[in-house]
Amino acid sequence: MSAVDSVRDRLDALPDVGLVVGFIASIWAVMLVLAIAVGGANWANLAVGFIGSVTVLIGGYAILALALNLQWGYTGLFNIGIAGFMAVGAYTTAVLTAPTDPAAGAVPGLGLPLWVGLIGGMAMAAIIGGLAALPALRLKADYLAIVTVAFSEIIRLVVNWDGLAEFSLFGAPVGTGGATGISFKSANDVAAGLVNGVGQPLVNAADGIGVSGPNLANLTYGVILLLVVAASYWVLTRITNSPFGRVLKAIREDETVTQSLGKDTRRFKIKTFMIGCALMGLAGVLFRGQAGYISPQQFRPTITFYVFAALIIGGSGSNTGSIIGAATFSGLLFYLPARLGENVSLGGTRAPGNIIDAVAGLASLDPLPLLAYIISNVSTLRFVLIGVVLIYIIQNQPEGLLGHRNEPATSVSLDRPQSGSGGEADE
Amino acid sequence: MGIAEFARDGRVVLGDRPGAAVVAAVSGFLLLDLVAKLAGTTVFFLGTRLLGGSLTVGSLLSMVVDGLLVGLAVGLAGIGLSMTYSILDFANFAHGDTVTAGAFLGWVAAYITAGLGTGAPISELFMLNSGRQLSTVSTFLPVLLGLVVAGVGSIGVVLLVDRLTYRPMREADNISLLIASIGVALAMRYLIAFVFGTQTSGVASGGLRVTVLSTVSVTDNEITLLVVSLLLMLGVHLLLQRTKLGKAMRAMADNEDLARVTGIPTERVIRLTWILGGSLAGIGGYLLVLESGTISFNFGWILLLLIFAAVIVGGIGSIYGAMAGGVLIGLVDSLALIWLPSGLSRASAFLVLIVVLLLRPSGIFGGVSTA
Amino acid sequence: MSEPDAAKRQETAVTSDAIDSPLLEIDGLRKEFGGVVAVDGATFSVAEGSLTGLIGPNGAGKSTTFNCITGIHEPTGGRVTFDGQDITGLAPYTLANRGLVRTFQIARELSDMTVLENVMLAPGGQVGESVVRSVTPGLRGDVIRDEADVRDRAWETLEFFEIDHLAHENAGNLSGGQRKLLEMARVLMTDPEMILLDEPLAGVNPTLEEKLLERIHELRREQGLTFLLVEHDMDVIMNNCEHIIVMHQGSVLAEGDAETIKSDERVLEAYLGGDV
Repeated sequence: MSAVDSVRDRLDALPDVGLVVGFIASIWAVMLVLAIAVGGANWANLAVGFIGSVTVLIGGYAILALALNLQWGYTGLFNIGIAGFMAVGAYTTAVLTAPTDPAAGAVPGLGLPLWVGLIGGMAMAAIIGGLAALPALRLKADYLAIVTVAFSEIIRLVVNWDGLAEFSLFGAPVGTGGATGISFKSANDVAAGLVNGVGQPLVNAADGIGVSGPNLANLTYGVILLLVVAASYWVLTRITNSPFGRVLKAIREDETVTQSLGKDTRRFKIKTFMIGCALMGLAGVLFRGQAGYISPQQFRPTITFYVFAALIIGGSGSNTGSIIGAATFSGLLFYLPARLGENVSLGGTRAPGNIIDAVAGLASLDPLPLLAYIISNVSTLRFVLIGVVLIYIIQNQPEGLLGHRNEPATSVSLDRPQSGSGGEADE
Repeated sequence: MGIAEFARDGRVVLGDRPGAAVVAAVSGFLLLDLVAKLAGTTVFFLGTRLLGGSLTVGSLLSMVVDGLLVGLAVGLAGIGLSMTYSILDFANFAHGDTVTAGAFLGWVAAYITAGLGTGAPISELFMLNSGRQLSTVSTFLPVLLGLVVAGVGSIGVVLLVDRLTYRPMREADNISLLIASIGVALAMRYLIAFVFGTQTSGVASGGLRVTVLSTVSVTDNEITLLVVSLLLMLGVHLLLQRTKLGKAMRAMADNEDLARVTGIPTERVIRLTWILGGSLAGIGGYLLVLESGTISFNFGWILLLLIFAAVIVGGIGSIYGAMAGGVLIGLVDSLALIWLPSGLSRASAFLVLIVVLLLRPSGIFGGVSTA
Repeated sequence: MSEPDAAKRQETAVTSDAIDSPLLEIDGLRKEFGGVVAVDGATFSVAEGSLTGLIGPNGAGKSTTFNCITGIHEPTGGRVTFDGQDITGLAPYTLANRGLVRTFQIARELSDMTVLENVMLAPGGQVGESVVRSVTPGLRGDVIRDEADVRDRAWETLEFFEIDHLAHENAGNLSGGQRKLLEMARVLMTDPEMILLDEPLAGVNPTLEEKLLERIHELRREQGLTFLLVEHDMDVIMNNCEHIIVMHQGSVLAEGDAETIKSDERVLEAYLGGDV
């Protein structure tokens, strides 16, 4: 039995909630250890800072991975335009909630409350997703991939265009801010408000051990985001563990057969696409727009591939796998290496500015310059790592961590009924 | 043909193929607008400007030249993408980064060669940092050497990547290969960033300006791009039509199982596909940098979607399609400025890509493979 | 020498009239692929409650006819009528909802789903196929009740075909014969009126074949289902089908019961490769 198989067996034995909580807790533990190792007297504040940031990352990527899992893992719709739908959600929310009389030079909006903005953002993302889906869903997977990324780039170019930086919507001045971006109601402020209001005692206690208010607020935000993840998971599980989910799986397997059995597959695909896009729009606001500011640069196609990596690591086709994969990706591959690079130093060796100088050391059998160069460039190297991990997984373990599970798409227990009565369970 | 028949056929087209009808209508409108602009007239309708504006023949010609040049290089780079798509049967998302890799290899070689004897430190030359800008006339041999290195170096890169990544997966489905190529793209791009940094470096600028047709001016670098691209395309054409290898590649693109059965050594053809496609990609990248003057670690990645557009518009698997598609997309990208503001002109090429995929996925030369 | 067209049409017309209450009627069906004419004016009917066989040498156009009837291909010409309604060119999913379903020549089991999932997929009008009803807490109760019924029916159907012991197996792990049974079970769950069987016995061992035919006859008797069967095995056709249609070169060559067909010289010639 290979190492991966024994890991899988151990994972399978745990109930899903335990699995997810355990995973995230482990990542928190790793962050804590790192903070203690490098933080010195400031370890507590550093730890809260690390844990808060990584949790926000996990939350954001988990929502995106869940959305992609619905579209691709279940239904086989290869959407790599995720960044575009995130942008639609984020920019709609921005336009809806930006202040009507902003500071000089800033872009005005409709000034609506954040929750209205969130719903509007999700709705708009769903609508745009539906419109894109109508013609595109009959394309085969790789063409759909290209169309979605082209579409995503068009969206980014549109919000980047200075022609829309300020315009008038039914008489009200609004805008996208063009290349400079737009400020709007910050979701982070909600967390900060909670912390400074209800959480005041906690703030005081935290202050006692040196933890700053903003770090605490960020951690709170991360936890709130995880709650959003939990809610999304709840909704998506009900969708996939039902006859609807069954049809989705069937569409992925063989659309012709599914049609021959009487299912209007086009309808199913469009609905699925729209739901996924709505979630992507939500992530666009809560993740990229956490601090109440977005700009076109944050919605380049690359983030799409990170979500893919996260989903493939976790196992596409599994909702739990999406969350685990997001945690693994953002915690271990994305966040941790960068923090290591920042905080590990080779006792005094200054990192060379370029690779020639770094390698030059090897000529005199001195590995330190090269090592120092590597460490100072870990932020760049982690993407090489992500690429390699992706290749490795797709070659050797294409089902990722949890994709091998058979999660029957049904809302009842599938046991053979006892003679006479029909057994029921679930709910 | 009588008017009645024409009208009836028209209605059939409109009803059966609304997409094609819309494209035709839009193209017609744009053409009218172009003519109006050239004539310097403006057509108003109910107070809003409907058609026209102003556009000099000179600026139109220089836009055409720009689009043509970029399109040629993109087309050159696209040949490799098209071939991988048809012979290896997957969309290679790492192709843009192959373009970058080849360009870097070539430019470092050119820079170092040009810098020999000037006393500039090797590290500065390697990092393309000395601020010197090369041009074909002033540093002919280094530029030429760089071109060769770009081509040859890329071959090494793609063969290594194939060995490590795609060969262990020969039988995998095309989506898995696509995902693997995404991994390759990430790894390559950030390795380049690791080595060369993330800044944009200016490495070339035109040394000599020539005026053509007394309206358009082109630089020596641009002429180099033109000449090299055309020569290479001619070379590829001869390869495909006159050599046994070329025929084998065409056969394989058509039907791999058949090719295997008839004894054409496919692993060899695959290797040669990479060699040809990779070298052209690297050279295309090198030429693009020569023309634009700057190089950065992700310029190929940024260009990838445009290259995809060229390949798909031209027809996947068709080398001539890639060339024609490249020129077409280059022209669309450049001429879009006539009608669209500069922030949106790139979007027009992507729009063309989407429209082609939806209405005629086989592209212009569609159905004809690798020939 | 080819039979004069007029006489051919007359003969098939006579035979068609002889069928009482046709459930499925094909009239002048035509399908072209580019320059190739795969189906060239096929005309026949299938009586309600019958087991009708469709045979013919390779290339006769049987599969294409099937595909035209079931909406996989759009016919170039002609008409298909089912239960009195024109269904020419309708999408497959519409046909299934009207009671016309088919099995596939190469069994297309949904390999990554279990046998039970495969079968539970099939029934139409499942409450849980609506997103809203699946998610909303109160309404999900209805979904669960409906699902339980579907599940129970699924088990019954699997038992009927004696593959219930495979219920939790991935469909991709089944043997060829078991997959054929799964196809039949699945198609049956849609509660159809008529089933088009595309070579259901190809590659099936004799014991299984007998069992399958038994089931088909039982379904005819008990539920009044109509079957149109494409098969290469002549014995099966002759021994089971009360009405046989022979296709050749895209159109109907002869029709009748087993005796009529067996003694028809043109049929023999067609199979032996002669041009009729």
